[in-house]
Amino acid sequence: MEKTINVTLKVWRQAGPKAQGKFETYKLNNVSTDSSFLEMMDILNEQLISERKEPVAFDHDCREGICGMCSLYINGHPHGPDGEITTCQLHMRKFKDGDTITIEPWRSAAFPVIKDLMVNRGAYDKIIQAGGFVSVNTGGVPDGNAIPISKIYADEAMDAASCIGCGACAAACKNGSAMLFVAAKVSQLALLPQGKVERATRAKAMVAKMDELGFGNCTNTGACEAECPKNISISHIARLNREFLSAKIKD
Amino acid sequence: MWLINSSIGRKLIMSISGIMLVLFLLFHGLMNMVVIFSADAYNAICAFLGANWYALIATKGLALGFMVHILYAMYLSFQNLKARGKERYAVTDKQDKVSWASQNMLVLGLIVFGFLALHLYHFWSKMQLVEIGHMLGKHVGDIDKAVDGAYWITYWFSQPVYAIIYLVWLSALWFHLTHGVWSSLHSLGLNNQTWLPRVKCISNIFATLVVLLFVSVVVYTYVYQNFVL
Repeated sequence: MEKTINVTLKVWRQAGPKAQGKFETYKLNNVSTDSSFLEMMDILNEQLISERKEPVAFDHDCREGICGMCSLYINGHPHGPDGEITTCQLHMRKFKDGDTITIEPWRSAAFPVIKDLMVNRGAYDKIIQAGGFVSVNTGGVPDGNAIPISKIYADEAMDAASCIGCGACAAACKNGSAMLFVAAKVSQLALLPQGKVERATRAKAMVAKMDELGFGNCTNTGACEAECPKNISISHIARLNREFLSAKIKD
Repeated sequence: MWLINSSIGRKLIMSISGIMLVLFLLFHGLMNMVVIFSADAYNAICAFLGANWYALIATKGLALGFMVHILYAMYLSFQNLKARGKERYAVTDKQDKVSWASQNMLVLGLIVFGFLALHLYHFWSKMQLVEIGHMLGKHVGDIDKAVDGAYWITYWFSQPVYAIIYLVWLSALWFHLTHGVWSSLHSLGLNNQTWLPRVKCISNIFATLVVLLFVSVVVYTYVYQNFVL
């Protein structure tokens, strides 16, 4: 049976990257508990448009938790209070009637606000461009089954590869560190034979880019893992440390 | 230089200097335990570690370790604050898996460092410093008590106010170590999925034992001096 709730939203509004932002309070009545959080945001925007006000800008795309586009820092948690999901997978049944919901953009020096709740996460793309790939020469495609990979490594690489690059790790980190993201990307490739070839240069290049872009230093608090929608383990950070240190010592 | 320019390099320095300090604490704690069994044996160790060349070199190394650990902590914390950006979150919530100590390492470290000054005044300035002074021809302090470590332990820890201050200090140290020990291993890359919970557990047991070594001497001396004698 459908149930509806009334909520008060405190939303961060900021006209542009340089503009001074502030919180605006909106009341939203009769929100279905079956609706997703982003559908609730759509309802808010329809309400704002009907009142001839500027709608709230927020990032979203696939709305099924695989693209990494949605963000939002909801009531003190990236991707909201529920665990292991993205904002688009969060439902209004997680909130109670009369709740006040505070919605903020990711806050990190390396993720500047574009508008309202949208932030520029291009820094993550730049880290990937620095080394998060396997160089492949053109030619015949080798048979996948010709390269044996143990189940343990395959599973761990797959777990690391589930990172969608949403930025929740850096947003949750008190140090604004992107280590979990970089660790996941370095791990997924370093664990597999195709990626092993460039493991040393990759670790060095990606860490150098991460530092250059102004991300903080990891202090192993584990907030990233706790907030990661894909539950990526900080043990990958240990692997990244290992990869980076052994690459540097070899030099 | 990658040890200074890269974030993982900086963490490596924090990690290695931290491990150095913890190993010193382990040695210091084990040494202290001796006083419970025999004051004479303890004083023999104090004499052995007086103003000798090897003890002085070790003291300098230790001071350097402290300085590196503290200065890097300041530097890293400043960088991390900057990386967080100018705007702060209006609403923050804590995560179940994140330990309180891990979020407050700098504050805990500063508390530990603050009490360290008192500790140096209580013991080091009465012992090794007096010996160094005498070696240099400055006769300040009581040279007879400079090697009598057991006397100073009894003198300070029999007073309830100092016993409590030391216990507060040691509890801050314990919080610092519950995050510090496993974290230093993690920064060195010595961890994986299977070992993560084990490393945390072993590190916490180790940290607790190290702190208990110190606590036992304080509690033993206080109880023995005030209630047994």
